[in-house]
Amino acid sequence: MEEIVVVGNGMVGHRLVEALRDRDTDRHLHVTLVGEEPRTAYDRVALSSYFDGADAHDLSLGDLSGPTVDVHVDERVTAIDRDARTVTTARGRGLRYDRLVLATGSTPFVPPVPGHDLPGCHVYRTIEDLDAIIASARDARTGVVVGGGLLGLEAANALRLLGLETHVVELAPHLMPAQIDQGAAALLRALVTDLGVHVHTGTASTAIEASPQGRAAGLVLDGGDRLDTDLVVFSVGVRPRDDLARAAGLRIGERGGVVIDDTCTTDDPRIHAIGEVAEHRGTVYGLIAPGNAMAEVVADRLLGGEAVFTGADTSTRLKLLGVDVASFGDAHGRTPGALDVVVNDAAGGRYAKLVVSDDAGTLLGGVLVGDASAYSALRPLVGSPLPGDPLSLITPEGGADLGADSLPDHAQICSCNAVTKGALSRAIADGDHDVPALKARTGAGTSCGSCVPMLKRILARSGIEQSKALCEHFTRSRAELVEIVRSTGVSTFSALIASHGTGHGCDVCKPAVASILASLGNGHILEGEQATLQDTNDRYLANLQRNGTYSVVPRIPGGEITPERLIVIGEVARDFGLYTKITGGQRIDLFGARLEQLPAVWARLVEAGFESGHAYGKALRTVKSCVGTTWCRYGVQDSVGLAIRLEERYRGLRSPHKLKSAVSGCARECAEARGKDFGVIATDQGWNLYVGGNGGFTPRHAELLAGDLDESTLIRYIDRFLMFYVRTADRLQRTAPWIESLEGGLDHLRDVVIDDSLGIAAELEEAMERHVASYTDEWAAVLADPEKLSRFVSFANAPHAPDPTIDFTTVRDQPVPAGASVDLGMPARRPQEGPR
Amino acid sequence: MITATVQPTTTWIDACPAHLPGVEDGVAVLLPDGRQAALFRTRDHRLYAVDNIDPYTGAAVISRGIVGDRAGEPTIASPMLKHVFSLSTGRSLDDEHTCLTTWPVRRRGATVQIAVRTEEGTP
Ligand code: SRM
Ligand SMILES: Cc1cc2nc3c(=O)[nH]c(=O)nc-3n(C[C@H](O)[C@H](O)[C@H](O)COP(=O)(O)OP(=O)(O)OC[C@H]3O[C@@H](n4cnc5c(N)ncnc54)[C@H](O)[C@@H]3O)c2cc1C
Ligand code: SF4
Ligand code: FES
Repeated sequence: MEEIVVVGNGMVGHRLVEALRDRDTDRHLHVTLVGEEPRTAYDRVALSSYFDGADAHDLSLGDLSGPTVDVHVDERVTAIDRDARTVTTARGRGLRYDRLVLATGSTPFVPPVPGHDLPGCHVYRTIEDLDAIIASARDARTGVVVGGGLLGLEAANALRLLGLETHVVELAPHLMPAQIDQGAAALLRALVTDLGVHVHTGTASTAIEASPQGRAAGLVLDGGDRLDTDLVVFSVGVRPRDDLARAAGLRIGERGGVVIDDTCTTDDPRIHAIGEVAEHRGTVYGLIAPGNAMAEVVADRLLGGEAVFTGADTSTRLKLLGVDVASFGDAHGRTPGALDVVVNDAAGGRYAKLVVSDDAGTLLGGVLVGDASAYSALRPLVGSPLPGDPLSLITPEGGADLGADSLPDHAQICSCNAVTKGALSRAIADGDHDVPALKARTGAGTSCGSCVPMLKRILARSGIEQSKALCEHFTRSRAELVEIVRSTGVSTFSALIASHGTGHGCDVCKPAVASILASLGNGHILEGEQATLQDTNDRYLANLQRNGTYSVVPRIPGGEITPERLIVIGEVARDFGLYTKITGGQRIDLFGARLEQLPAVWARLVEAGFESGHAYGKALRTVKSCVGTTWCRYGVQDSVGLAIRLEERYRGLRSPHKLKSAVSGCARECAEARGKDFGVIATDQGWNLYVGGNGGFTPRHAELLAGDLDESTLIRYIDRFLMFYVRTADRLQRTAPWIESLEGGLDHLRDVVIDDSLGIAAELEEAMERHVASYTDEWAAVLADPEKLSRFVSFANAPHAPDPTIDFTTVRDQPVPAGASVDLGMPARRPQEGPR
Repeated sequence: MITATVQPTTTWIDACPAHLPGVEDGVAVLLPDGRQAALFRTRDHRLYAVDNIDPYTGAAVISRGIVGDRAGEPTIASPMLKHVFSLSTGRSLDDEHTCLTTWPVRRRGATVQIAVRTEEGTP
């Protein structure tokens, strides 16, 4: 086996080893990956999300150790012996190599101003750097970022999130000089200043002054001005970590970086360099996409291939401090004869510039600030003939409809993963007919995600109808069916399928239509034909378990419960022999009830004043709460009271997917409201409303829809939000993907919910009022109706005989299904569809 | 529904009153040998009986699934992991290796009956 040693377990080193592991199926290579950081590689690009709730685990790219890959963490390589073909590590390990790959990245440059090394001075590159910043920020009020580039602005946002008064000091005359032009920077500055960040441009930092305790206390600017500060973050650029290569005598570029050729090989044919440590044709790239491309080239070469790296696109799209910024191609118009086409809409917070060839026929590059939605369509057009009048491409109406057709096959659609339009077209021709399939096949869209809208457009233009059909029985989408039911007044599934569908229906369209009928107020979910449409959980008003029994989860609004009621739950569980567990939703789940036992269990609960509660069903589940002002010394509002009110208002509301909510009594957020479809957090002025959060497969934090609301406005907005969701979302689409799918996203939602841009707010509120007024206890209604009750039997010919296949055993003093649990794989996904 | 050929060794047993199951609905029936049938009525008023046990999880829940059709073939979707089976052949439509037992069903006066082969157990 050939011995490969990779120095540096950063993003690019990781990518290389991952590619080798996946492609070296015949095991020709043995790889040793040595990294100096105390952990395996993590997503440095997403580093700032560390301030937004992500932890080291979330950022991790995974450990690549395996039969042919050894990974050593926390171990620095100290020397290369090119003659002996070995490297030595700080732990004294010697590693022999046949081929060596340097992926040592770069290190932040700290300008040698006096005081740069005082406690309180930081850089921004590793998780340890961030931990140090967090520790320093604990007793700090003010922070300064030296450097107003891309990373500087990210660091500024981090300081802001840590609650510091934040300044950014930039030497150049404007922010992000490397990426954007003066006009764009002016708008960016205005938007950033609006967020409370103080921007100082055209100013050099000359010294850091110390406090009497010897910590950083002030930053001296070149004019002699001084900014008081407790914390300084340097972000003025990076230097390639080429020290090992230098010491080994490899060729180094003029401004640093290990010189490589198009095969990513240094002047020693056995040594490659990739990522930020490499200099290729005079350029050291500071972005991940070129690094990944180099990793792919070296992986290919180590396996005998002929791949070459001929340079990379440095286009970027970022959301800095919530401001969309993108630059691509020749953004600065350096091509001789290049012309600028600019739309500068300061009032609208938009700036767009296209750089075009002298005949205005070819797109060369551009800059977008404020609204970068046209980026994914424009970037691949660089170097191609313009599909229309340049100005029309960047005016709000024009940008949206850029053709995928006009792109040549070699146009790169996904720059992170170097996927061309041609490759996508081939994948589509091979049968990958949706975005998840394209992602899996080509890797496009799996990194920054900015190309996903373009993937959708290419699919749409490939002649493949992006089917919105619910299933084989309905060609309409769920939202369209809602409109049909609303406008025609159809009130049964049979009538709907007869008039707007084909066949008899299935387990996809039946529950979906049942939910639509229920949300539009069609009586009890088990009324008449509706019963046969429901999924088993709705059908039996309880939650099916793996052995065919059900669980019952009494509703405990807001999680508040009296001792008497707690005792009742305990008694019911004891008397029916049910397994009892506290759920993650602040209630108590009773498991193991047989179908024929359910009515008796409910009867006991109803008698004690409970409702059985939805832990199943695409409906409101729980509204969790923290104790708030009821008990907590920090509480600023009555979170329990509001949670109860919300749960009682929206209970029973049938929706495209389940709905969860929570209310926290202050910004400490003990109820985890931002993990919910709609979350409410108390402020001293009222309530902040967040929407679009969830846990599950793809956790999302809810985003602020509106702030400092009084209770009645809050409830009005939630009414509108929920009803709008119920009407327009797809089947099994939770609120976060729904908001994402709305043209205009959260901003559009805000327009509809708050500014009533569609003029439907009153109607949405009325619909919700009807829901609230018509709500009845579904479980009690079953108990009162012999016809409905008659379904709750074990066998048609032996109504009370217990199902002989159900058998329990005792685990930790409670009954659980006997027999090994069946391996269901990942949470139930059906063969043809995504998460439910 | 009257099934065309019934083996001489077959015994018809009473399953439930003729109004059951409702249209596009199902009920479970306990067979004399302890096995369970899931009995369904489709929209065109045909009756079908298949094994009540979901072969993927071993739970006796097929009768609580949703009746429908796939390209005209009458189907039942297991409520457990949503596998879809043909009601007429019992075959899984997602996985050719899995099949539910089926039984002949008929209506006799006020009763629905299922034919069990006697060698399957004592009536
Ligand atoms: C019982 C409980 C676990 C527990 O013992 O704590 C639970 C149990 C189930 N969860 Fe859950 N989830 C429970 C809290 C949660 C939470 C936490 C929360 O609500 O705060 C989450 C993350 C929050 C969220 O939903 O965003 C959660 C995320 C999921 C998901 C993933 C949803 C997603 O959008 O990806 C599923 C799958 C689904 O719904 O499609 C799921 C589905 C299920 C189902 C319904 C799966 C099923 O069909 O059998 C489980 C059956 C419940 C039962 O039989 O009673 N459960 N589940 C919790 C019930 C809370 C309650 O009182 O209602
Ligand atoms: C906050 C932040 C945000 C960013 N955002 C973006 C963005 O939005 N888009 C974008 O394209 N790029 C972004 N970047 C840049 C991107 O992260 C880098 O281009 C990329 O990480 C470079 O990968 P690399 O593997 O070359 O270097 P690194 O990820 O730095 O990895 C090098 C590794 O080698 C280790 N190492 C160094 N010397 C030795 C040695 N002698 N022995 C052992 N190990 C050693 C280092 O400890 C390090 O772990 C961002 C960077 C930061 C810090
Ligand atoms: S969120 Fe605030 S009010 Fe609620 S319990 Fe936590 S600290 Fe107390
Ligand atoms: S461009 Fe970043 S994932 Fe495609």
